[in-house]
Amino acid sequence: MDDKARKLAGIKQKEKTPMPEQKAKIRAHNFKEVPYGYTAEMAIEEAWRCTQCKNQPCVAGCPVEIDIPGFIAAIQQGDFREGINVIKRTNALPAVCGRVCPQEEQCEKFCIRGIKGEPVAIGRLERFAADWEAEQGEADLPEIAPSNGKKVAVIGAGPGGMTCGGDLVAMGYDVTVFEAFHDSGGVLLYGIPEVRLPKDIVSRKTDYLARMGVKFEYNMVVGNVLTIEEMREQGFEAFFVATGAGLPWFMNLKGEGLNGVYSANEFLTRANLMKAYDPKNYDTPTWVGSKTAVVGGGNVAMDSARTAMRLGSEHVYIVYRRALEQMPARNEEIHHAQEEGIEFLLLQNPLEILDDGEGWVSGMRCIRMELGEPDASGRRRPVPIEGSEFVLEVDGVVIAIGNGANPLFIDATPGLKVNKWGNILADDKGRTSLKGVFAGGDIVIGAATVIEAMGAGKIAARAIDEYLSGKAGDWSPELGE
Amino acid sequence: MRRIPVTHNSGGLSLFKIVKKVVLRHDIKQMDILAPLVARKIKPGQFIMFRVDESGERIPLTMVDHDPEKGTVRIIFQEVGKSTRQLGDMNEGDSVLDFIGPLGKYHKMTGGKHGRIIGVGGGIGIAPLLPKVREFQADGDEIISIIGARSKDLLILEDEMKAASSELNICTDDGSYGHKGFVTEILKQKLDESTNYDFVLAIGPPIMMKVVRDLVKPYGVPCYVSLNTIMVDGTGMCGSCRVSVGGKVKFACIDGPEMRGEEIDFAEMMSRQTRYVAEEKTSMERYLAKEGK
Repeated sequence: MDDKARKLAGIKQKEKTPMPEQKAKIRAHNFKEVPYGYTAEMAIEEAWRCTQCKNQPCVAGCPVEIDIPGFIAAIQQGDFREGINVIKRTNALPAVCGRVCPQEEQCEKFCIRGIKGEPVAIGRLERFAADWEAEQGEADLPEIAPSNGKKVAVIGAGPGGMTCGGDLVAMGYDVTVFEAFHDSGGVLLYGIPEVRLPKDIVSRKTDYLARMGVKFEYNMVVGNVLTIEEMREQGFEAFFVATGAGLPWFMNLKGEGLNGVYSANEFLTRANLMKAYDPKNYDTPTWVGSKTAVVGGGNVAMDSARTAMRLGSEHVYIVYRRALEQMPARNEEIHHAQEEGIEFLLLQNPLEILDDGEGWVSGMRCIRMELGEPDASGRRRPVPIEGSEFVLEVDGVVIAIGNGANPLFIDATPGLKVNKWGNILADDKGRTSLKGVFAGGDIVIGAATVIEAMGAGKIAARAIDEYLSGKAGDWSPELGE
Repeated sequence: MRRIPVTHNSGGLSLFKIVKKVVLRHDIKQMDILAPLVARKIKPGQFIMFRVDESGERIPLTMVDHDPEKGTVRIIFQEVGKSTRQLGDMNEGDSVLDFIGPLGKYHKMTGGKHGRIIGVGGGIGIAPLLPKVREFQADGDEIISIIGARSKDLLILEDEMKAASSELNICTDDGSYGHKGFVTEILKQKLDESTNYDFVLAIGPPIMMKVVRDLVKPYGVPCYVSLNTIMVDGTGMCGSCRVSVGGKVKFACIDGPEMRGEEIDFAEMMSRQTRYVAEEKTSMERYLAKEGK
């Protein structure tokens, strides 16, 4: 087929080229990644669905401004090397973003092919390009400016910190990433399960950054073991604080302290980072009941539910107080969870977790909800229906309703201003109340997405460069309350 | 498994080497671990977490002593599970893979106001009590210590506690040494004689801390305890260590480990400590079989 024929075929094809994946019944009991990814032929076929329209609305929808038509054009021609290089100009983690970005809310939302049919599968193509590169052996390093000798500290090796570190080292800075855990990746490592993001991808990214020259220091709880002031004395001139949102919320329900009740963070950290899914080889224990309720409707709730099922829970419920349309989780995660047999209990909310008399969960008392007037978020507020209480029979509960700001670093950093929820105040460049200290990601905006954290890392890298090269002017960020 | 060469926080010297090991009692061991950055910062009441190797779990231990000049942190532990057993089987010159700290809030309980304090330590809990008592002594406080163990051959740190206390009382459950009976019996005597104490600090098994708390309450003397609950990260991220305090959720790792004892729901806390008994047993059996023990 020549280009003309391919183009015609692409325009005719209203729906995304399907991505092969593990069958639901099989994958619900293993920890392997669910979608296999496109083959080269599928990628080229899908790439030709892109009409290379002039306005490029997709680019405006991307928090890291990937030249989407550019990389897709390269894939159309089968030049996968060029495709990945175009992506890598603005995105340091394409294999991650292709898998976990909420594309339907970002690039794909604005794709004109979505008007009559499905948008171009930009996320799948991004993933394809990144995976293709990984198969070719060691990835090409980007151009790295000669060293300028200036030391920058990045606090937290999650998606924001890794992005910022990579960008700065490419500009010639001497970058050290300080991580509290024993490995890097942050939420990519402890939070997002293997089925959605294989850990090899995260390791590969760390190795790539290390080859670029980023130094990693693990087991470093900055604030406690080293303060910003002490790091200044060691010669660090600028800081990017990307510690994430690491303080799980509970609901203050009676019975939340019972055995068998987890925060999603604990449940996922045990299973992912500490590899509790493999008890023959790893020491960290975990426990799942035969019937598990996961409370919440975000991606973390879907991850928890799917992990519970894989750990052997026979019935897994998502208990969410609003309706399906209002769930914040990615469509693909909801779809995958449903396929795997996760039961969705919508417009229902827990009131109390019941004790079996020996300190373990025996059930969860819930109430049915209906949608009332819209609240501050614009979503219709769920209101309890009087007299609709019932007991859901479960022996395990995972609370996945989000995280607040972890106070550890903030408490140890006098003068760093925070808002009433404890999130660090930063301006649109990431500048905080302390000179030379930038912040971004979940610790600033509250729980958000991987790509938003990466976007914040990018912005901070640029702002740190301006600051350290004396182009930034006075340090007078407007911080609000 | 990938391990890119990094210095970790040992200051680039070596990976958290065990520089000194002393067997205090048959399954109670003391180790000085090289971790200069931690040693420089850690204070009484704070804890570290260690992970022996790649497959290991993260275990919290409260600091016993530290030497900023030598760069070492002293820990004392009883081999109660697989990870502590595996650590106990290691020798001088061996290293643990991860050693994280200082963690937990430093809580300076006295301010050099020459107070009167009772310190109660039970079993392995005497180890974290020691640096607290030393700090009180250095502040010029009068410190009455009451320590207990099941029997004489399980009692640790007697000489050190004696040197750091104004008065040391010893109890053993079986009467093989000191007072025959529980620490609470001596504590009750002391409180009956006088309630002129700034506070009682109790560190030991949860049941001991609960009984001490219940005993002290009617005397109107504040009571502090130190919680060593099950943790994963130790930095506030997972909530495994949570305890109910006056109906509110508190995290032992970042709100504690030292807390006012009055409102702690000890029944819930003790129940939560049993969460992984079955899994821990399997893990221990596998370890012993593998090591041919």
